[in-house]
Amino acid sequence: MMAQAIETKELTLSYGESIIIEEMDLRIPKGKITVFIGGNGCGKSTLLRSIARLLKPKTGSIYLEGTAIANMSTKDVAKQMAILPQSPVAPEGLTVLQLVKQGRYPYQTWLKQWTKEDEKIVNDALKATGIEELKDRAVDSLSGGQRQRAWIAMTLAQDTDIILLDEPTTYLDMAHQIEILDLLFELNEKENRTIVMVLHDLNLACRYAHNIVAIKNKEIFAQGKPEDVINSRLVEKVFEMECEITTDPLFGTPMCIPCGKGRCILKQRVSAHA
Amino acid sequence: MLLKTNRWKIIGLIFASLLLLLLMCGSIIYGYTDTTWKMAWDAFQFNNGSNEHLVITTVRLPRALIAAAVGFSVAIAGVLMQTLTKNPLASPDIFGVNAGAGFAVVIGITMFSMGNLQAITWVAFLGASIAAIGVYALGTAGREGLTPIKLTLAGAAMAAMFSSFTQGFLVTDEAALEQVLFWLAGSVQGRKLEILLSVLPYLIVGWLGAMVISPKMNVLSMGEDVAKGLGLRTGLLKVCIAIVVILLAGGSVAIAGPIGFIGIVIPHVARAIVGIDHRWLIPFSGLLGGCLLLIADILARYIIMPQEVPVGVMTAIIGTPFFIYIARKGFNAK
Repeated sequence: MMAQAIETKELTLSYGESIIIEEMDLRIPKGKITVFIGGNGCGKSTLLRSIARLLKPKTGSIYLEGTAIANMSTKDVAKQMAILPQSPVAPEGLTVLQLVKQGRYPYQTWLKQWTKEDEKIVNDALKATGIEELKDRAVDSLSGGQRQRAWIAMTLAQDTDIILLDEPTTYLDMAHQIEILDLLFELNEKENRTIVMVLHDLNLACRYAHNIVAIKNKEIFAQGKPEDVINSRLVEKVFEMECEITTDPLFGTPMCIPCGKGRCILKQRVSAHA
Repeated sequence: MLLKTNRWKIIGLIFASLLLLLLMCGSIIYGYTDTTWKMAWDAFQFNNGSNEHLVITTVRLPRALIAAAVGFSVAIAGVLMQTLTKNPLASPDIFGVNAGAGFAVVIGITMFSMGNLQAITWVAFLGASIAAIGVYALGTAGREGLTPIKLTLAGAAMAAMFSSFTQGFLVTDEAALEQVLFWLAGSVQGRKLEILLSVLPYLIVGWLGAMVISPKMNVLSMGEDVAKGLGLRTGLLKVCIAIVVILLAGGSVAIAGPIGFIGIVIPHVARAIVGIDHRWLIPFSGLLGGCLLLIADILARYIIMPQEVPVGVMTAIIGTPFFIYIARKGFNAK
């Protein structure tokens, strides 16, 4: 059996009385890119947040490399797993370097403040994300894509095997979305980091993910390789939308074309269920 | 940020400390009773019991020390509250902490005729705590949790409520009004050194506590989720912040009454000078807060001489235009 980076057992999550996720057993493989997909409000972000211990489970438990997170000190968790929340906001005037340096917080103690190793890891993070030249700029003065790189650099400075990202491409234009996903893909390829993220774009999810988790009705609807699990039936159930699945002409991964409405410039519209 | 490198920040810190000392000397020398630098020197070397020497050692010196300590404390409380709530308008006065402490002290002095300084200090802490917990509970109630706007509304409501309580109470009790009116306006005048000394240990704990948590404040300022993800125990930190704010704001009110605007204005000035790193921001705000309150107190002696304006009124005159500036800037940014 493949090694698991993260495992949940009978995990139930709720906001107050309303249950969001019910008794979920989820396994996230090590060294792979896993993407959560699902409709709005299906609980995929909530699931990611609870794995990152930002939200306490109602019942059930979460295991990080085999150890229950509830039994670990939060700083030790932070040395193994980094989380980039959805659209984080840096305080006004914070520079990129200051931001990235905060990623070393879990390693700092009263006795051991700032070391050469910290310095090196911060520089590597800036390099990996290609923002070395921007390090003295204020984060709030950067463009959306640059800003997201700076935040990713902070999570890299945390030097963890696992990185969780909640919709890292939201509010970015298409070019910047690809730029960010390519960066994460390379981090996985070159450094073998486990990446878990929530994405809204199903086609990009299919292209970049090794493992897709579709969430519907408080539980896992399907999990596996995109080419194995993504089909029109799944999309219809999970997103409540009719579509046709074809193959990405560049990568061969599944590609979803919504039926819906729109201008048709074909001589005769091809029926979805032809 | 004016001072960019650590070297300049250290120089800035030394400069601010010297300025604070200079203003304390100024506070000892300038006022209705004509005194000179030499007289002040003599008063501490060989006090001859003359009127001037007496004024210097028993009136002016306590006043200078109190203004410095209170300004220092209130400014730091402001920094912590602004970071905690991510709200540029947060401060002990706007969020009702001062009003809560003030009300508690008024009740303590008038209804229970408290004379014991320790008792008054603890009553002030109690009032500050009730107000702070109330504002936080109201600000976090509801589905989306703590939002800056809800917190501000809760703070404004709490401040108004406690001020009304205080006023309502004083309307029915004129003798009490006489007793506490000048104190209520916020003043560092006519207070004995013992008052400061009885509260000072709590203030010192507050100052040191603020410095100890300053690196963690930097992490918290990046947002609660990011901070938790980095392994910061945000719940614990918030409790520490609350305790420090209550010690500093409550202690200040016990000494000088509710003094407004320093807690809101100074953190912004300090950020403009040393930036947003709390390890610098907290000591720098403290020093500048002390300076501003000393300046306000010296000016308060000259405006309607020989009468004095309560220093709380002076800080309001200085602070109000600034408050409006921040409010406009804050809302335009959104």
